[in-house]
Amino acid sequence: MKTIQVATTINGDATEFVCAPDESLLDVLRNRLGLTGAKEGCGTGDCGACTVTLDGRMVCSCLVLGAEVEGSTITTIEGMSTADALHPLQQAFIDHAALQCGICTPGILVAAKALLDRNPDPTDTELRYWLAGNLCRCTGYDKIIAAVQDAAQKMRTA
Amino acid sequence: MQYAKPKTAAEAARLLGAETGVTRVLAGGTDVMVQLKAGMVEPALIVDIKGIPGIRDITPEAGGFRIGAAVAGLELGDHAALCAMYPGVTEAAQLIGSKQVQGRCSMVGNLCNGSPAADAVPALFAAGAIVRIEGPNGSRDAAVETIPTAPGRISLAKGEIITSVFLPAPAAHSADAYLRFIPRTEMDIAVASAGVSLTIDASGTITAARVALGAVAPTVMLVDACAAALIGTKLDAAAQEALEQAASAAAKPIADKRGTIEFRTKVVGVLARRAAVIAYVRAGGQL
Ligand code: FES
Ligand code: FES
Repeated sequence: MKTIQVATTINGDATEFVCAPDESLLDVLRNRLGLTGAKEGCGTGDCGACTVTLDGRMVCSCLVLGAEVEGSTITTIEGMSTADALHPLQQAFIDHAALQCGICTPGILVAAKALLDRNPDPTDTELRYWLAGNLCRCTGYDKIIAAVQDAAQKMRTA
Repeated sequence: MQYAKPKTAAEAARLLGAETGVTRVLAGGTDVMVQLKAGMVEPALIVDIKGIPGIRDITPEAGGFRIGAAVAGLELGDHAALCAMYPGVTEAAQLIGSKQVQGRCSMVGNLCNGSPAADAVPALFAAGAIVRIEGPNGSRDAAVETIPTAPGRISLAKGEIITSVFLPAPAAHSADAYLRFIPRTEMDIAVASAGVSLTIDASGTITAARVALGAVAPTVMLVDACAAALIGTKLDAAAQEALEQAASAAAKPIADKRGTIEFRTKVVGVLARRAAVIAYVRAGGQL
C-alpha cells in the first residue's frame, strides 16, 4: 500500500507525517506522532474518546483519514494546557473528581472547550446535549457537568 | 486502497468511473469510515471530494440556497438565513449523530448512504430539494426523491457523484418541519420519522404540501395521499386525522429490535400530524 505524505499543523506546530491511505487520524496521532491523549473507545464514532478539533470544528478522529488533514489545523488534548498551568477545565475536573479511569476525559475536555468557545454560559441541558457523544462508563455524568460549569464560571470571570 | 483528492468534480467522476474495484466517495466520512472499520467494505479507491470548489459552501441561488455535498451539519446550523428559510431541513440534518459527527456529516452523505432512517432525507424530500449530479456525461439535476432505491442503494450510475443539493426559494407563507421518534434523547437512529413542507394562503388554507416518511419502508418515501389530506384544509382536527391515517396507511415497516410493525405504523402517523402542525404554525397559520 502506497504511503501518503501529509503536512499539517497540530497544537500550533507544523507537523509532517507519513500514513497509509486507510489509516485514521486517531491512529496517526497515537501511533505515529506519540500524541496518545486521544483514546480509541469504539473506533466508530459512538464514544467521543478520540475527540479533537479539525479546522475549528470538533470531530471524532477515528472517523477522519490521516490523508484528509493535509493543510488542516488540528488541536488535541495535548494542546490544552500551557507549560505552566492546566486549562481551567482540566483543573476543574481534578477539583470535582470528574474522572476515574480517565479514558473518556481527554475527549470530554476537548468537547467541553469547543462548547465554551461557542457559548461561554451554557445551561446544564445545553451542556448535556453537547456532550451526548461522549460516553463515560465510570464517573457518572453529574460530576462532569458540575466540573464544566465550574470551569465555565471561572473562565467567564477570569 | 488508494486515496485520491481530485480538484474538480469532473476529475472525481472520471476516477470513480475508471476504477474497476469497489469505490467509496468521502465527504464527512461518518458512514464510510465506519464501514471501513467494520470491514464491511474494502475499497480499492476512496475519492475525497472535499477538494472540489464549492463543495463546502452554502451559496444563495435564485432565492434559495445551494448546499455543497460536503457541508457539515453544524455549518448548516450556523447559517442563520438558511435555518430561517428551511428550519425543518436544518433541524433534521442536525439530528444526525453526536456534535462530533455534526462537525463532519453532510446531508448528501446521509442521502447517498441510502438508509431508510436517514434523518435529513425526509426533510429534503418534503422540501422538494434538487440534487446536482456530476458524471461521465457531464452534469444533470434530479429530484431528491429519485435517489434512494433500496436500503443502501441509490440510483446514481457508476462514475456519478452528487456535488450539491439545491433548496429552492419557498413560496410566500411556506414552512417545513421534521420529527423523528427515538427511544432516548440523543445519539440514536429514527424508529419512524416524518418531514412536512406546506404553503398556506391568506385565509390559512393549505395550497400546497409535501409529506415524506422515514424508517417505515425500504426507502424514505414521498406520500401523495398525505399531501392530499392537507391541501384545501386549514389543518383542522379532521384534516389532522386524515393525514395521520394516510401516513399510517402508507407505512410498510419491518419489525426489528428498535420497533415493531404496529408501533412504527402508529407512530409515523402521529409524527406526520405533529410535524404538519409545526410547519403550519411556522408558515403563519393559526390553529
Ligand atoms: S473512538 Fe472515536 S468515537 Fe469512539
Ligand atoms: S472516567 Fe472512565 S470512562 Fe469516564
